[in-house]
Amino acid sequence: MRLFANTAALVAKELQTEFRSRELLTTTLVFVLIVIVLFSFTFDPSVSESRRFGPGLLWLAFLFSASLMLQPCFLKERSNDTLSALRLSVGDPFAIFLAKFVSNTCLLLLTQVLLLPIFAVLYNVKVFPVFPKLLLVFLLGSIGVSVTGTALSAVSSQARMRELLLPLLLLPLLVPILISSTEATAALLAEQPALRRDWLGILTAFDVVFLTALWLFGEYLLEE
Amino acid sequence: MAKTGVYTFLVCVLMGFTAYASFYIAPTEVTMGLVQRIFYLHAPSGMVSLLAFLISFIGSVAYILTRKPKWDWLAVSSAEVGIAFCTVVLLTGPIWAKPAWGVWWAWDARLTSTLVLWLLYVAFLILRTMIEDADRRALVSAFFGVFAFLDTPLVYGSIWWWRTQHPQPVVFTSAGLEPTMRKVFYLSWLSLTCLMALLIRQRYELESSRDQLRSLEQELEAN
Repeated sequence: MRLFANTAALVAKELQTEFRSRELLTTTLVFVLIVIVLFSFTFDPSVSESRRFGPGLLWLAFLFSASLMLQPCFLKERSNDTLSALRLSVGDPFAIFLAKFVSNTCLLLLTQVLLLPIFAVLYNVKVFPVFPKLLLVFLLGSIGVSVTGTALSAVSSQARMRELLLPLLLLPLLVPILISSTEATAALLAEQPALRRDWLGILTAFDVVFLTALWLFGEYLLEE
Repeated sequence: MAKTGVYTFLVCVLMGFTAYASFYIAPTEVTMGLVQRIFYLHAPSGMVSLLAFLISFIGSVAYILTRKPKWDWLAVSSAEVGIAFCTVVLLTGPIWAKPAWGVWWAWDARLTSTLVLWLLYVAFLILRTMIEDADRRALVSAFFGVFAFLDTPLVYGSIWWWRTQHPQPVVFTSAGLEPTMRKVFYLSWLSLTCLMALLIRQRYELESSRDQLRSLEQELEAN
């Protein structure tokens, strides 16, 4: 119970810090927008092509932005050594990871929901009839990106060249997420929309496997 | 030292015999002809690289739990050897694919998964070069090693599922293998596994000597 109380307090702290400045959210939103616009120059997006390539481009843009967005997650705790303070204030160090994971998932999901209408307009796809189902795909995808991204942000924050290192470590790890989310999104945006349970299954498996691994091994990463 | 010499000699003999068997004992495949013989190097290398990554995973978990440097040495040695075998798979794959399918790279499920795996473990080695402190490096890379290995079945599963949704070339499966071909295949698998064990052992010794050198240097500085 204490774990959840600690986590809730830390999530509130993380979200409050972000919403005070909104630096991360604004930058990420604009970054994804730039990537989506730039992608459209690489091919002439007709309706059928948008349906075919759109979901992949969207998810690729999300993954790139996540690898940048999750960068400061543990780095910001290093500058004033607030990580030690956090470690002292919670009983189970997993609470720190859990809180960062939950707040990162919220921020990623928010970015995706805000960008979806813009993507729909630019690429001429209908998203509103399938919005609740899309939200489910986005949620499962964001959980996977956020759990691995948060863990690897703790890894890369301890190394040199950390800005370059996080995408290098994270992106190949996210191949299952990229494939499953893209295929699930594409199936929802097709002429006959369908919720593909097989892809949702792979997304859920990814989320469960890495959340368990983080729970088992995460605390060792926070040792001094 | 003498033991390693004998083992190295045995591995060399075994490798030589495997090469002879794959060129002269195994029959020539009817449709693909001579080029199919690359299969005896290609497929077992893939399996051996997975075995090496499994050993690296065991080393990583054991290091996290016990903090004994020898587990870190094992993890890094087997990851490096795994990458070497992975590279063999990635080089022999296109050489086989070009005459068989007409293209160098067909985004075939197994080859693509191997490429992703190769990228993951190269990232593992790059991560190790970015951390100075030996204990910290061992711990942090062990953590990433665990994540990389856990990702393997998911990568294979998702890419396999993804490829079966799209048209793909017919793959030569080992299920309908002719008996002599099967024997040569198992022989090749055995000799490459022995080679892997030898390489991991040598690399482990190197890591151990480096550690000894480091502690001697520190002792020298302290005096």
